[in-house]
Amino acid sequence: MTSVAQYETRRHFFEKCGVGLGSIALADLFRQEARGASASDPMAVRKSHHPAKAKNVIFMFMAGGPSHLELFEDKPKLREYHGELPPDSLVKGKRFAFLGKGAKILGSDRKFESYGDSRMTLSELFPHHRKIVDEVTWLRGMKTDVFNHGPAKLFMNTGFQVPGRPSMGSWVTYGIGSESRDLPGFVVLQSGPRGPRAGNALWSAGFLPSSFQGVPFRGSGDPILNLTNPDGISPERQRDFVDAVSALNQERLGITGDQEIATRISAYEMAYRMQTSAPELMDLKSETQATMDLYGATPGGNSYANNCLLARRMVERGVRFVQLYHTDWDHHGGPGQTLGKDLEKVAKEVDQASAALVLDLKQRGLLEDTIVVWGGEFGRTPMGETRDNKVGGRDHHIDAFTMWVAGGGFRPGMVYGKTDDFGYEVDDGAIHVHDLHATILHQLGFDHERLTHRFQGRDFRLTDVHGHVVQDVLV
Amino acid sequence: MLKKSTGLFALFSLVAVATGEDTVDFNRQIRPILADKCFQCHGPDEETLEGGLRLDLRDSATAEGAVIPGNAEKSELVARILTVDVDDVMPPAKVKKPVTKEEAELLQRWIDEGAEYSGHWAFEPVKTVDAPTVKNSHRVKNEIDRFILARLETKGLSLSPEAAPGTLARRLSLDLTGLLPAPDRVRSFIQQYQVDADTAVSDFVDELLASPHYGERWGRHWLDQARYADSNGYTIDGERVMWPYRDWVIRALNDDMPFDEFTIRQIAGDLLPDPDKATLVATGFHRNTLINQEGGTDDEQFRNEEVVDRVNTTGAVWLGLTLGCAQCHTHKFDPITHKEYFEMFAFFNQGTDVNNTGATVEVGEGEMFLKNPDPKLVKALEKAKEKLAKLEATKAARQAEWEKSVLELTDSATIAKWSRVKPVTFLAEGGGKMKLQSDDSILVSDAGPKEVYRVKLTAQKEPVSALRLRILPHESLPKNGPGLASNGNIVLTGVEFFQDGEPLLVKRAEHDHAQPGFSGAYTIDGDPETGWAINIGKETSAGVKMNAEHEIRFTFSAPVAKGKPVDVVLRHEKNANYNIGRFAWESSPTEPAPMRDESLLTMLRIDPAKRSGDEKKRLAAEFAKMDVERTMAIGAVEKARNNLGIGRPVKTMVMRDLEKPRETFIHLRGDFLQHDEKTGPLAPGVPAVLPKLPEPENPDKARTRLDLAHWLVREDHPLTPRVTVNRVWMRYFGRGIVETENDFGTQGTYPSHPELLDWLARRFVAEGWSMKRLHKLIVTSATYRQSSHQEGGSEIDPLNHLLSRQSRIRFEAEIVRDAALSASGLLHAGIGGPGVMPPQPEGVYAFTQRKVRWVAAENEDRYRRALYTKFYRSAPYPLLTTFDSPDFQSVCTGRVRSNTPLQSLTLANDEAMFELARGLGGRIMREVEGTDSTANRKRIRHAFQICFSRQPSEGELEFLAGFQELQEKAFAKDGKNAKKVVPKNFPGSFPVQTAASWTAVARILMNTDEFITRE
Repeated sequence: MTSVAQYETRRHFFEKCGVGLGSIALADLFRQEARGASASDPMAVRKSHHPAKAKNVIFMFMAGGPSHLELFEDKPKLREYHGELPPDSLVKGKRFAFLGKGAKILGSDRKFESYGDSRMTLSELFPHHRKIVDEVTWLRGMKTDVFNHGPAKLFMNTGFQVPGRPSMGSWVTYGIGSESRDLPGFVVLQSGPRGPRAGNALWSAGFLPSSFQGVPFRGSGDPILNLTNPDGISPERQRDFVDAVSALNQERLGITGDQEIATRISAYEMAYRMQTSAPELMDLKSETQATMDLYGATPGGNSYANNCLLARRMVERGVRFVQLYHTDWDHHGGPGQTLGKDLEKVAKEVDQASAALVLDLKQRGLLEDTIVVWGGEFGRTPMGETRDNKVGGRDHHIDAFTMWVAGGGFRPGMVYGKTDDFGYEVDDGAIHVHDLHATILHQLGFDHERLTHRFQGRDFRLTDVHGHVVQDVLV
Repeated sequence: MLKKSTGLFALFSLVAVATGEDTVDFNRQIRPILADKCFQCHGPDEETLEGGLRLDLRDSATAEGAVIPGNAEKSELVARILTVDVDDVMPPAKVKKPVTKEEAELLQRWIDEGAEYSGHWAFEPVKTVDAPTVKNSHRVKNEIDRFILARLETKGLSLSPEAAPGTLARRLSLDLTGLLPAPDRVRSFIQQYQVDADTAVSDFVDELLASPHYGERWGRHWLDQARYADSNGYTIDGERVMWPYRDWVIRALNDDMPFDEFTIRQIAGDLLPDPDKATLVATGFHRNTLINQEGGTDDEQFRNEEVVDRVNTTGAVWLGLTLGCAQCHTHKFDPITHKEYFEMFAFFNQGTDVNNTGATVEVGEGEMFLKNPDPKLVKALEKAKEKLAKLEATKAARQAEWEKSVLELTDSATIAKWSRVKPVTFLAEGGGKMKLQSDDSILVSDAGPKEVYRVKLTAQKEPVSALRLRILPHESLPKNGPGLASNGNIVLTGVEFFQDGEPLLVKRAEHDHAQPGFSGAYTIDGDPETGWAINIGKETSAGVKMNAEHEIRFTFSAPVAKGKPVDVVLRHEKNANYNIGRFAWESSPTEPAPMRDESLLTMLRIDPAKRSGDEKKRLAAEFAKMDVERTMAIGAVEKARNNLGIGRPVKTMVMRDLEKPRETFIHLRGDFLQHDEKTGPLAPGVPAVLPKLPEPENPDKARTRLDLAHWLVREDHPLTPRVTVNRVWMRYFGRGIVETENDFGTQGTYPSHPELLDWLARRFVAEGWSMKRLHKLIVTSATYRQSSHQEGGSEIDPLNHLLSRQSRIRFEAEIVRDAALSASGLLHAGIGGPGVMPPQPEGVYAFTQRKVRWVAAENEDRYRRALYTKFYRSAPYPLLTTFDSPDFQSVCTGRVRSNTPLQSLTLANDEAMFELARGLGGRIMREVEGTDSTANRKRIRHAFQICFSRQPSEGELEFLAGFQELQEKAFAKDGKNAKKVVPKNFPGSFPVQTAASWTAVARILMNTDEFITRE
């Protein structure tokens, strides 16, 4: 929105130039801007299919595949059969990424205990999660279709294992737009030693218009590419620039009658606002020490804790979908990938801030509107994987793993789903990735079968031809 | 917001448009309703068929009374769509696709009129049609206009006036070459236009079509369909070499290769008899599929993904069909069965590549652009390569021999007896001064660039087995020499010896020390690009210095006759200043032993079977240094390549089929692990709804991709010509005659001008599938030439389906950059070659698994067209994706066009774009002199000509003049920033703040909507 001060500056500028453009009606220009989003704005807020229980999503993606057997599932049987071959009935006909025949059962030596009213089991690796056991819905029966990282990440994000389909964040902003006028509707944040596999395909808009693709924010430097003025262009020169471009565009709009130009004028204004609002968003100075301590965040730098706090700040500012990636959960047992100190390291990196985000959203009254999702692309095998002749890791496992969801009308303190004694198969309460997608969309007010886009002759949707809303986990 | 409106919307508007017409047209009005609302359960897919009723077949529809021709009232279909009973209503409520009132009325009218079916229009043969007569015949430039005007006139509309000539010149230049026209060319165009508009247009179009940039512009459209990229995709996304394929496309288009041939070579060039290299490179089309290099990957799974992609891409590009829908089950809407899908699959299931690089051919830079190469030169290259191949094959044996000879020579043999040789005459051709020193060495000063030294050496009393060139330091030389380069280095590229004018053959050239990659052996390889240099590198032994005495020993193949002088030529052809500063010669009657290196000798004495990997490597490297024969053979190959005009060779991926075909089965539910054994192995085939493949000559031999390729471009194909001309049309008008350019099936939209589509398709085929003729036909039509401004007509045809005006079309991503490059004057217009790296913002790889080492080019590659920018699928060049370039994971037949704040940020702030704005600022200062207000206005006018091919309005001119003054004043107060934004090398007559203000003006022009829009 134009402040009076800006208006004055603008008028001053135009007067100073001594001339106006013949067909520029300043009043028109400002009306255009005051309207904010033009009718063809892709991020304009749109109505969903049914009244929504939630408005926003924060998806904390644990890239690599966290071991449910080290974090959430205590399986004494694994210790009992440690070092033995698994029964044939378990592994027959299964395919794994790396495990060969003869992989042996691996018992976890982590200490587990049950907490809260929900009596959810947590290992020693996640002490801070004890504070949220009764705030979140525990999904122990997650299942997916694919066992390689790239395709499995794509599957969790887009419902397909091959690149080229829209991600969940794109579908959601495509469906209901965004409430933020000066930040993108779908933002991606990243922490950990490297980017997630499959890269930009994970937040791609696929065949949807590219305006719906996730915008990666960087933790250091410019949060968005090209956010800073070119070297030597001061804020005043940039303001002059935007005004002058708008004036010429307005002139052309009058001559050609092409409304696209009106959209471009708004786009320049929003870009200009973004130049201020994005750095303000990233600046944690206004947070209290208590909040910083809650997350374990530190000003400056790029960490998972900072990203969790930023996610809250984004939701506060109307960003519709925030996705956090934290990499390095791929514990095969090789160097840097053991279930020992390497797992401890990454668990410590995410434990406190993940829990803090839930608590912080709750205390600010944001949790009821926000769905918080935590999990990776798959779980890990009950059998150990031999790398470097030591059994210190597990392979990718698609038949059972744990995720959790909080807020947005999900049932707090519920432990849903049960795996067998080996944590291998889901006995009860299975939730397939498509079901999770359907359920999240449902809470946002969508019928997942109707949120479609026609491409190459077919109506595509996030859930392909599958997916059921899991009513049991909803309030 | 998005120019690509959905097919469905267009469909409804067309249905509405058609309602007033006489009889209901099945294809135009009824089939779309049935397809959208009914075929899901009453269509071709037997698996989901309900109640045995198929509404896509008249026999089935009328068999049981669902449709009673002539009697809508009694027809069950009508009863079921009109009923209010939720249990009976069709389509069922859960499908959520109710039939609208208008649709129900149409269905009833159709049944009452007899319920005539006709085949889906796109599968019917292309019709022979004549252009209609029109009232406004004075507007007609060619037949296209008759078709367009005829439709417009039925609505009381007409074409818009012709666009202003400058606008037209800019439109043509952008559409045909993707570059802004030069202001001078626009001026001459307008002059000619005022005399004879049609000739001016025709001449300009011919000129643009003949430009090599035409192939770049239209090649980019084709590369979208070929999903061309420079990396493998998926998570690892390693680099791949496919640019020779890109070059082939550019060349083929520039040559106006007929589209049928263009097709056959890309789909099956490898299966043609005796394909040449370019034809093999063309098969790269289907090698652009992704390769998953992630560990633990099942290669067979991803091989299947590649085959699926090849089938779907072929379907999309040539047939305009969504074959992919039939991968998991029989197509719900189009008559393509699950089985037929896998019969198509069988054509592509034979590749030797299995989620890997597979078959390749060697291609040199520029090779795809060779025009009529001299057969002698081609032969010479072949021979040189053969010779090299032979040497490679005998390498092991020759190395063994060399090892033996080194040991023998060292153990027993001769020792050189060096003695000084006095030069008789000496000359530096480049004008350098040579002075003979008391020790018989020659000291050079004031050398010219790339000197050639000629020295005559005193006759010897004994036959000469070897000569030794010593290069020596001297206090007069930079850093004491021995070279004249600023660091004392040399690059000696050639040494030649003659006696009585006859060349003397050298068998060994050994250095005491050489810079890595600059062996002494390179002095006798005949290649001016390689030579001996002496800087210190990683591999250099400790203690060795550049600025010290060094030497090369040349051992002759046969001793040189005594009593006659020897003439020597020393060449420095590579670098201007890297000439030798001081040198001397010595001769030996005996053959010198190879350079003595104790560590090497120790290694040589180890039994070859017992050598470690490192030792083997080192010895191979040592041998390679001494292997003059091979070095020379490599040089000869390179030289032969250079003679042909070919640069550095690379290996590019091509198609190759297995000797023994793979069996193809239906994959149940599309799962490659679940073969439908019941149906059994399938023979390659095409969908039955389309023309049949010709009977094979040999019935025992399975059909191949070549049969498929020929079939795709048969003259009577109902789809390929229509689909192809429709896509060309789409680029010119922003929308195809069939709006769903990627779906000519029953779910697609009906053509806005079906007769025109067929007329164009026929004409295209009749004119030998010539793309250039098609382009010329379209762009010389009045329909193309009309103004894009929106005046009137908008209420009758708000989306301009009937083309009462042209469209304003925002450039594709690449052209955004190309236009800025051409405006800036910095464009380097070279065609083809490996991908390049222009500057890109920091932080592109913050989110990728693999980080690409992106080093922005500092040479001309910084300013190449965006089509050459390296494209990594996992982290593309940001400007491209921001402006809707696809990520090339799969076929893209038409891009969307969005309009977002991120685009604004890119144009405004991107380092590369700002550099080009500065370039434009500098250009207009150079091209228009002076700083007074008249000059300033002249400069603004010139900038408008460059950017928009038009004059500014009075308002625009005064506004920008005022803006420039304001910026000048502001920069005067902020000298530090002014210095940062001034154009590079701006004319000295401009003060800094003035120069900075022109950057600001240029930046504004480049950020306007008009700059990135073809009007």
